[in-house]
Amino acid sequence: MKGFKIVLLAKQVPDTRNVGKDTMKADGTVNRAALPAIFNPEDLNGLELALRIKDKYPGTTINVLTMGPARAAEIIREAMYRGADGGYLVTDRKFAGSDTLATSYALSLAVKKLSPFHIVIAGRQAIDGDTAQVGPQVAEKLGLPQITYAEEIISTDKKEVTVKRRLERGVETVAAPLPVVITAHSSAPGCRSRHAKYTIKYKNAKSLSELQESSEDYLQLHKERPYLLIEEWSVDDIGADVGQLGLSGSPTKVKKIENVVFTSKESIVLSGEDSEVDNLMKDLIANHTIG
Amino acid sequence: MDNIFVYCETDEGQVAEVSLELLTKGRSLADLLKCKLEAVVIGSGLNDTERQIFPYGADVIYVADDKRLYPYTTLPHAAIVRRLFEQEKPQIGLFGATSIGRDLAPRIASALKCGLTADCTELEIGDHTETRTNKQYKNILYQIRPAFGGNIIATIINPDTRPQLATVREGVMKKEVLSPGRKGVVKNIDTGKWLNQEDFAVRIIERHIESRKVNIKNSGVIVAGGYGVGSKENFGNLYDLAHVLGGEVAGSRAAVDGGFIEHERQVGQTGVTVRPKLYFACGISGQIQHRAGMDQSAIIISINNDPEAPINQIADYTIIGDLNEIIPKLIKYYQKNTK
Repeated sequence: MKGFKIVLLAKQVPDTRNVGKDTMKADGTVNRAALPAIFNPEDLNGLELALRIKDKYPGTTINVLTMGPARAAEIIREAMYRGADGGYLVTDRKFAGSDTLATSYALSLAVKKLSPFHIVIAGRQAIDGDTAQVGPQVAEKLGLPQITYAEEIISTDKKEVTVKRRLERGVETVAAPLPVVITAHSSAPGCRSRHAKYTIKYKNAKSLSELQESSEDYLQLHKERPYLLIEEWSVDDIGADVGQLGLSGSPTKVKKIENVVFTSKESIVLSGEDSEVDNLMKDLIANHTIG
Repeated sequence: MDNIFVYCETDEGQVAEVSLELLTKGRSLADLLKCKLEAVVIGSGLNDTERQIFPYGADVIYVADDKRLYPYTTLPHAAIVRRLFEQEKPQIGLFGATSIGRDLAPRIASALKCGLTADCTELEIGDHTETRTNKQYKNILYQIRPAFGGNIIATIINPDTRPQLATVREGVMKKEVLSPGRKGVVKNIDTGKWLNQEDFAVRIIERHIESRKVNIKNSGVIVAGGYGVGSKENFGNLYDLAHVLGGEVAGSRAAVDGGFIEHERQVGQTGVTVRPKLYFACGISGQIQHRAGMDQSAIIISINNDPEAPINQIADYTIIGDLNEIIPKLIKYYQKNTK
């Protein structure tokens, strides 16, 4: 057996978990520049699930597929440092403003370009949107079964994969035929750290945009080591219909955004004196809140 | 055509709480839009579900009863809902934001190429004018949800595609019986015709589901503690107060992470959403994520030694001081005044 071909769907996201005072601008919009761009946490769980298959079945290849601006090549490189084999960046201005439906359309075309594959793995959801929609939508567009909220991939053979899923009140083990789309839950093992060998090997892995931006000349190096090129795919490269992308291809529109400001109610402040607590309890009993 | 559909989840023949909450909301939206409310229930052993669903206001129930359809798997449920939506052309479709609803709804949205908003906390009907084209839309669904880690509230609309799909988290909407004896039309789905062998490609091998032990959601009084409670031992005071008031104890995420209280009692964005008559916030600073799970409580009493704690902004009463002294006083004066 020569291993499995795995495609990992990953996203670079602003770190919404560490929101500080300067995160929101005065006009109520999000100041993205104030938040560090990180590898979406559950996509890292997905990477670990993929790497464990690779550990078990030598010959397995993991290719990272991400959609985003040029700088999103960073997470492809990060995945390579941890053991992925390569990656593709789907990037084009025409993708801007895509909702989950338009995003899954683009990603499904890009995944098809990587055919044949056995398993597509994605994180359950990205922390900047928390929708958990792209995984199942990609599966539907590819006409494949899906296994969401994966905590552990118990076994894989050429025909079937057996996966433990995390549900609200327990776990469920399911078997599905290949190819299949799996989304990783945060309860799956955390991702291993960078491997020194791969970090050295892929240090100069760059996308075309990055090569053009760079003051150093990587041309000779990339000629000798073609595996260092992170390919960028445009709308035309994936053969997408522009009408199904970006704002025009997105059925959901944002009508209104409000900064979360809690309006203060008239709050009665008490010091905890006996007479005050006594009166409070009398009030609550009188208005049938308790009693 | 143009009705509102609610996908009802079942657990061993019992319709899920979140589905009943959605039916209640769906009924009020249907009254506003002057359309019908229709339920779809897919599973096995569903004889009793009509009696459970009609009182919440459904006019029609579609039933797909087949032993292969319980427990839930994605493909056959998606195949049925998709075909039903293609046939009936609803204007709105609602799902619980549960492990089932969040697995199923995106699959439907993708197949029907329509918009879906996840984890809504409010649903309203309103109008919209497209600023660029000046096109007018009447009576569309406003899907309101927290976004960006809870730091913004977004109103999402799907002006041009139907159905307008949304998932809603459990506990966010109120569940209310419309009339206990209400009846409606039952339509059975012929699963033999609607499904094929490929829909059963994914097999369930094993399931370990725990029954729900604590139910803080249905409690009228909640005594919640945060990191400021200080220790698991100090939580004993909270249990005493909850006991005399007939309530439940809950905690913030910080209290759960600190090991003071178990996860199933966590209130907030990553826990349970509650709306009790009375909510005590003891030693809870009031991070946005926590407030999102309790700010609909009728009366909030904050007990905190920090007068500047953000929770105090939404509290009806703020008691400044040491909760280990104040809680015993609350118990004492409650008992004194109820004797």
